[in-house]
Amino acid sequence: MSEVVRGIPLNWFIILSSILFSIGVMGVLFRRNAIIIFMSVELMLNAVNLLLVAFAAKWGDASGQVFVFFTMAVAAAEVAVGLAILVVMYRNSKSTDIDVLNKLKG
Amino acid sequence: MTQDYLQRYLFLILGFFGVLSALMVVFTKNPIHSVLYLVLTFFSIAGEYILLNAQFIAIVNVIVYAGAIMVLFLFVIMLLNLNKETEPHKNPYLKFAAVVTGGLMLIVLVGSLKMADTTAIATPYQGQKGLISNLGFVLFHDFLLPFEISSILFLAAMVGAVMLGKKDIK
Repeated sequence: MSEVVRGIPLNWFIILSSILFSIGVMGVLFRRNAIIIFMSVELMLNAVNLLLVAFAAKWGDASGQVFVFFTMAVAAAEVAVGLAILVVMYRNSKSTDIDVLNKLKG
Repeated sequence: MTQDYLQRYLFLILGFFGVLSALMVVFTKNPIHSVLYLVLTFFSIAGEYILLNAQFIAIVNVIVYAGAIMVLFLFVIMLLNLNKETEPHKNPYLKFAAVVTGGLMLIVLVGSLKMADTTAIATPYQGQKGLISNLGFVLFHDFLLPFEISSILFLAAMVGAVMLGKKDIK
């Protein structure tokens, strides 16, 4: 490589975000505990946040970082409602296993 | 030049710890250990933000994610008394299929994006974009309407959480 080494290449961030996102997808797919599934979703959101900040730094634009704020706001709201749903689910079935949610009959 | 290599080493170390603790989040049986490993992952992601000269985002990430959301998770886990390894793995093929699916997704993403942009992020030191005054200007100038709408979202989330948490709704 002939170019002068300056800073971190952008595609390193892309690859790191891809790895974190795939780990999150894996967690959503094979854990049965609903809380762990929520945590995997948070992991995926953070991978996307990292990518947004990397692109914002690459192009010198602060809009990407402001988008990260909105992602955090939506994630906070999602977690609040999701954990409330989880508490209701535990109250009804004494378990947070998502396999007990297979009957949507009321 | 030395500083540039130092930056790369820091990136690799933080990324290694982040990926390792993210894997532990998924593979640990105990939910409380998962939460603690996820906090570790968030700290390494905050370190990556600092490397990208986004200091305010890094602080907010630590305060909001590691401080507030993860405490909410811990609170629910301890409230529901889930801090034991209660996960019957019924189908062994499910785990295998999930790992294969995630691995294939990783291969596709990395394979298609690994040479996307190999140029370095050019202005790591003199960039003032991540500082709070600039971010505040952009947030309250260009993104004022989404900012106000997100307050409605929070109101809806708050009302929804309270409604769901009530024992019996008349």
